[in-house]
Amino acid sequence: MKIPYYPGCTLKTKAKDLEDSAIAAAKVLGVEMEELPQWNCCGTVYSLSTDDLIHQIGPIRNLIRAKEQGSDRLVTLCSMCYNTLKRANEFFLADEEKRDRINRYMDEEMDYAGDVTVVHLLEILRDEIGMDKVKAAVKKPLTGLKVSPYYGCMLLRPASIGIDDMERPTVMEDLLRALGAEVIDDPYKTECCGAYQTVNRKDVVVTCVHSILTSAQGNGAEVVALSCPLCDFNLDNRQKDIQQAYAGFHTMPVLYFTQLMAIAFDLDESVCRFELSSQDPRPLLKSKGLIA
Amino acid sequence: MKPRIGVFVCHCGLNIAATVEVSEVVKAIEHYPGVAHAQDYIYMCSDPGQELVRKAIREKKLTGLVMSNCSPSLHERTFRNLAASEGLNPYLVEVANIREYCSWPHQGDKETATKKALTIIKATIERVKRNQALVPLIVPLQKRVLVLGGGVAGMQTALDIANGGYPVTILEKEAYLGGRVRQLERTFLTMESAPDLANEMIDRTLKQPNIEVLTTSRIENLSGYVGNFEVQIRQQLPWVDPARCNGCEACVAACPAEVPSTFDRGLTTRKAVDWTPGERHGDRRIFLDHAACLRVTRQENCTACREACAEGAIDYPEDRLIDRTYGAIVVATGHDLYRKSALTEYAEDPDVLDALQFERLLSEDGPTGGKVLRPSDGKEPKEVVFVQCAGSRDPDKHFPYCSKVCCMYTCKEARRYREKVPDGQAYIFYIDIRSTGKGYEEFVKESVEKERLLYLKGKVSKIARKGDKLLVLGGDTITGLQVEVEADLVVLAMATVPNPGAKELARLLNINTDPYGFIQEAHPKLAPVETLTAGIYLAGTSQAPKDIPHAIYQAGGAASKILSLFSRKELVHEPLVARVDQEICAGCGYCRDNCAFQAVDVDPIRKKAMVNEALCEGCGACATACPSGAIQVKNLDSKQVFDMISIVTQDYSMQP
Ligand SMILES: Cc1cc2nc3c(=O)[nH]c(=O)nc-3n(C[C@H](O)[C@H](O)[C@H](O)COP(=O)(O)OP(=O)(O)OC[C@H]3O[C@@H](n4cnc5c(N)ncnc54)[C@H](O)[C@@H]3O)c2cc1C
Ligand code: SF4
Repeated sequence: MKIPYYPGCTLKTKAKDLEDSAIAAAKVLGVEMEELPQWNCCGTVYSLSTDDLIHQIGPIRNLIRAKEQGSDRLVTLCSMCYNTLKRANEFFLADEEKRDRINRYMDEEMDYAGDVTVVHLLEILRDEIGMDKVKAAVKKPLTGLKVSPYYGCMLLRPASIGIDDMERPTVMEDLLRALGAEVIDDPYKTECCGAYQTVNRKDVVVTCVHSILTSAQGNGAEVVALSCPLCDFNLDNRQKDIQQAYAGFHTMPVLYFTQLMAIAFDLDESVCRFELSSQDPRPLLKSKGLIA
Repeated sequence: MKPRIGVFVCHCGLNIAATVEVSEVVKAIEHYPGVAHAQDYIYMCSDPGQELVRKAIREKKLTGLVMSNCSPSLHERTFRNLAASEGLNPYLVEVANIREYCSWPHQGDKETATKKALTIIKATIERVKRNQALVPLIVPLQKRVLVLGGGVAGMQTALDIANGGYPVTILEKEAYLGGRVRQLERTFLTMESAPDLANEMIDRTLKQPNIEVLTTSRIENLSGYVGNFEVQIRQQLPWVDPARCNGCEACVAACPAEVPSTFDRGLTTRKAVDWTPGERHGDRRIFLDHAACLRVTRQENCTACREACAEGAIDYPEDRLIDRTYGAIVVATGHDLYRKSALTEYAEDPDVLDALQFERLLSEDGPTGGKVLRPSDGKEPKEVVFVQCAGSRDPDKHFPYCSKVCCMYTCKEARRYREKVPDGQAYIFYIDIRSTGKGYEEFVKESVEKERLLYLKGKVSKIARKGDKLLVLGGDTITGLQVEVEADLVVLAMATVPNPGAKELARLLNINTDPYGFIQEAHPKLAPVETLTAGIYLAGTSQAPKDIPHAIYQAGGAASKILSLFSRKELVHEPLVARVDQEICAGCGYCRDNCAFQAVDVDPIRKKAMVNEALCEGCGACATACPSGAIQVKNLDSKQVFDMISIVTQDYSMQP
């Protein structure tokens, strides 16, 4: 299956580990994610004001790029991009008059009808590949690895675009179980990581992430799995700050679900780009015999 | 006889006269064929105006009246009564509405208005020429009432009517009376015992000779109309004969079927044959719950209890079908709580209870004998979180309405918890505290101060198990801080919803429900205990969430409406109903299919349509559907309609 793929800026810089592992792991399952030949910023944060049409143009342009590839679908990996693109499309579809205005403004573009469906890789795994097939592709089951999935908000909210039940999602659990991991259910898995407060209110993020990680650890988790580069930055990099704020805090590795897929599929370790992690996951993975 | 019609044109002050040239109308109509008298007056409905009409009827020997004035909904009755008192049949009087239909919409255009008024009057004259003298229909009135539901609202309505001297049947689907109140421990504001309150009322109900109580019974079928409802009742006959049972419990021990107790809301189990719940109730007895019995659930031929019974008290008779006629029906089928599992952000956990489960935990006749012990491990909870508005006031995901009683009962439950566990802490998350009854605010204030209840203004976003504790995440909008409580027990004030089956019941009774399934009252302000179907009334929480006092007010209201209905000897019905020309009717049944009141049926043998005049509202839907014109509405038959149409089309051409 070939599907146009929208990376977004972070996946080309700080979250190279997400992109490389995802593309490689998807390929094992027959999903070829083909990067759009041309793309621009997704808009980063979905604009909530109803008359702010200019902010919808960025994401809509990306959808037009997908259309130009002859596809009515576009896959994403970053939760933030998923959220912005999907919601922009929803906004665009909901109001004919605004749709017209946006189309008229972008007169250099082909007219867009709102007919590109944005999907997240997790949805493809669940709805099209199926967890049985994922399981069949596993060469090195993550046996004994205690993983706590963390969704944050962008994959689930608002409900109209969420990939799963907003309060009790299970898609990542199902995936991790298929990979052979021991899933740790944690009540904080849908709580906020502090998001962009990380820029000027680090203390807020430190409080949020401390709760999330200590709760996961309290439930026995050894590693947290997630899908969002911003969550990853907060959960992984901010641990240094947590250590300063909370004496006795123990750090723990944080991985993208795609890295765990790559390990379980026994792909070359280089696609995981572990060196980009702030909390090095390698000692843990080695101790479990998952990497050499 | 040649018609001698009187035409009276009212000025309605300037309402009509400023737009319609009244004197011109009178002049033009005086010599119209069939008109014997024409006259205008400033206010025809005033005493002198009415006197003019009387005089003309007498002196000119009028055979019909065309009252040209305001809408018939205002004064049709006035002038028909006037005619009757002068010996003129009231159905020979019609209103030509030249105010709402003419002067008001055509203000400033005298020429059009005057011409149109004349047309309306002429058309009405043609109608009156063919009007028949009619007499009102007399409908017999069965002075007997059926009350659906034996909660406090149903019992109160029944008592009020029975005390007025009329027989009442209470139909209760459970094996016992009392409804939800029987499940509670205490009641605000007085903190009196709820079982005692229920018990006292049950006792009065059972002892009132005019009340018949049919438990484990439901309404199966309904036909008829106010005064004469034909009702079929399905009664599950008790499989344990209370007259023979000595309460030895041998059957209970023998019964293999154990099910969660609905009364204790799943906190305990009961055998299919077991005591009715509530140790302190006077009507307590061993009863066999058909819905739990293997004979019903698995169609097995289990006879374990019958074999165990030394008294021969147990047998398995079929349901009994009872046919009865009632003059009025009261719906008092009560409420339930919204299911906890709908709030997916809250863990499904043995220590997360709904408010009724917590009432059971507080109750002496409950699963813990009145000690507050948590279901998971039987320990006394020291930190209890109460969550208000759980599912209420949440238009996006659940119900937009306020459940009205939960602010008060949460305060009551928290207070009772603190009285029972003095070293415990109660936290209450709320949006606002709605304590708007007499003495309610004082009750809340007093409880907060006396029992140091910790109210936190905010919503709870998550409840999750955390080892031995429940993690409760919420917000406090007053400090603006996130709140985290590690609780031993959580109580959810789940939204009030109608009892299951309310929608089906409403369909059977041909009454309406609101979008949430509560029974719809006829008018929110002016007819709050009536439904739109004459003769069917409502009371209690079947209509909307409410507490006991309000359920009792409404019950009294419904009873007094019925008593006033019953103060008449018989019911009178307008004679303006449909009539079938038996010679033309081909029995096709289109009329029956178009009737909204189920007033027409086709006789299967004679193949002719038949009108039930007591049900017919004279709307005319049948007449327009009938392909042969066999069915007609009296005093509005097709000849009259066509006469009127020819006047309108000949005399009045619409200006472009
Ligand atoms: C947790 C909780 C605590 C409360 N505490 C208080 C308090 O302290 N003070 C206070 O004033 N109010 C309190 N209330 C409110 C109180 O329970 C109601 O006001 C009261 O029960 C209303 O009585 P009702 O007769 O209208 O309905 P219900 O009590 O619900 O009774 C309805 C009856 O109809 C029967 N029924 C249902 N459907 C059918 C059918 N189709 N055919 C035949 N029978 C049927 C039911 O079995 C039931 O017996 C509380 C409510 C809750 C949920
Ligand atoms: S009565 Fe109080 S708790 Fe119940 S829904 Fe209304 S505001 Fe919320």
